[in-house]
Amino acid sequence: MDTNGSTGTFRLKKGLAEMLKGGVIIDIISAEQAKIAEGAGAVAVMALERVPVDIRKAGGVARMADPKKIKEIMKAVTIPVMAKARIGHFAEAQILQALGVDYVDESEVLTPAGENHIDKHAFKIPFVCGARNLGEALRRINEGAAMIRTKGEAGTGNIIEAVKHINLINEEIKQLKNISGRNLKKHADKMKVPFELVEQIRNMQRLPVVNFAAGGVATPADAALMMLLGCDGIFVGSGIFKSQNPEKTAKAIVEATTNYDKPEIVAKVSQGLGEAMKGLEIEKLELKMQERGH
Amino acid sequence: MRVGILALQGDVREHARILVKLGAEPIKVKSQEDLTDIDALIIPGGESTTIGILIKKYNLDKAIREKHKRGMPIYGTCAGAIVLAKDIIKSKQPLLGLADISIKRNDYGRQIDSFETELSIKDIGRFNGVFIRAPTIKRFYNGVEILSEFRNNPVMIKQHNLLITTFHPELTDDTRIHEYFLNMAQEYKQVRDMQRDIEKNPYL
Repeated sequence: MDTNGSTGTFRLKKGLAEMLKGGVIIDIISAEQAKIAEGAGAVAVMALERVPVDIRKAGGVARMADPKKIKEIMKAVTIPVMAKARIGHFAEAQILQALGVDYVDESEVLTPAGENHIDKHAFKIPFVCGARNLGEALRRINEGAAMIRTKGEAGTGNIIEAVKHINLINEEIKQLKNISGRNLKKHADKMKVPFELVEQIRNMQRLPVVNFAAGGVATPADAALMMLLGCDGIFVGSGIFKSQNPEKTAKAIVEATTNYDKPEIVAKVSQGLGEAMKGLEIEKLELKMQERGH
Repeated sequence: MRVGILALQGDVREHARILVKLGAEPIKVKSQEDLTDIDALIIPGGESTTIGILIKKYNLDKAIREKHKRGMPIYGTCAGAIVLAKDIIKSKQPLLGLADISIKRNDYGRQIDSFETELSIKDIGRFNGVFIRAPTIKRFYNGVEILSEFRNNPVMIKQHNLLITTFHPELTDDTRIHEYFLNMAQEYKQVRDMQRDIEKNPYL
C-alpha cells in the first residue's frame, strides 16, 4: 500500500524493538515451529536453517537461511519474523530486506563474511547486533543498529557469558559518570565512536536502543535472571526446541519474562517442564562464537 | 492522578515517560490487584497476540471489562487498539472486545512499510503519526467518534470512555494526546471521588 509518508526512519527501526520489550523472541526452523512459538506468546520468531546447537555440531560454514523457508515462515505467523545474516554480508541482508523480513540479526552465530560490519544505515529494515561490552554496543549503534543483544555463547544452554556481557555493559555505562570532559573524548576515541554518542549515554545512563539477552537462555529462571540484571527482553535459541517439551517450555519462559520480579510465578511455571536442553561448558568449547565481530 | 499501564509486554516505559512529564503517576499493571486504585488505564504498543494471551492467563479480561463498565477511561495504542477491538478480521486471538470497531492487523504491510506521516486531529491539530506494523480500523459502529483519519481509515477514535490510536504518540515528544486522555481521566476521577465522599457520609 502506498502510504505517502516517510519509511525506514531510525524512529521506526528503534520503535519496533521498543514494541518487543518484555517479550520473548524464539529461534525456529520451520513454519510449524513458528506457529508453536506464536501460540505460546512469543513476540517474534527468528527464522533459521538450524538452531545454534546444531550449527555447532554440523561445523562448516553457517549461512543465511533458505529464502523459501523464510517465506513459508512469514506466511505462517502474524508476529514479526527476524532472520540472520552473516557479519559483514550485506548481500545476504539485502536479500532479507527484499523478502520483507521485519528485523535482520547480523549474527556471530553464522560464519562471518568480513572484518567490517554491515552499514546498517543504508537499509530500510532494522538490525539487531550482539555486543559483549560497551564499545561493541556503541560501534554497532553507530553503524545503524536499532537494537542490541548480549552475545552470550549461543548453542550452549549456559547463561554465564550472557550474564558477563550485560553486567559489563551496565558497569561501563555507570563508570562513564566518573569520566570528565577531555577524558571522555579519549574514551570515545578508544572505543572508536563519536564523542556525542558517549556523552548521550553518560547522560541517559542507558543505551539509546533496547538491549535484549541472548546466548545461553535455557530455562524460565535464566530468563528471569537476565531481566533482573536489566535486559529489556529475551532471545531463546536452542533452549525451546531442544527441550523435552517445547510448547510448555516456551509458555513458561514467556511468563517468566513478564513476571521476572515475581519468583512465585517463575517457580510455578518452572514445575514439571521435563529436561531442559543439555548444556555445554564454556572452557571445553572448540569454537567461541562471541569472539566473532568486534 | 494514578494512571495504570498494562505491563505484560510492550512499550510501557515510553508511555510512563510521557505521563511523568505531565505530572501523572504511572502504575505498572500486571495483576488484578494492580487495577484496584487507578484512575485510568493505558494498553501500550507491543505484540497483540502476546498481550491477549497473558490478559486471559491472568484473568485480567474480566477485571478490565468491569472497570470499563464503571466508566474508567482506557487508552489503547496500536496493539492496545487491537486488544480493545470487538473483532479482528481473519483472527481468533484473545481480545477485550470493548470498542465497537473491526480491526485488521498489519494492514499497511510489514516493517519495511512502517511509516511516519503528518495527521490532523480534531481539537488537537497537526500531529506526527508513527505507524509501526500498524492495524487499520475497517469498520466502526454505534457511538464511535472519529478524531483523525488517514487514507479514508480512522486512525484515532473515541467511544465514551475509550480512546484508541493505531499509531504511537508515545514514541514522540508530543504530549498532547496523553493530555487529552488525562482530561478524560480527570472527569472520571471527580465523579469517583464524589461517589466515595457520598459513601463515606450519606448526609453530605
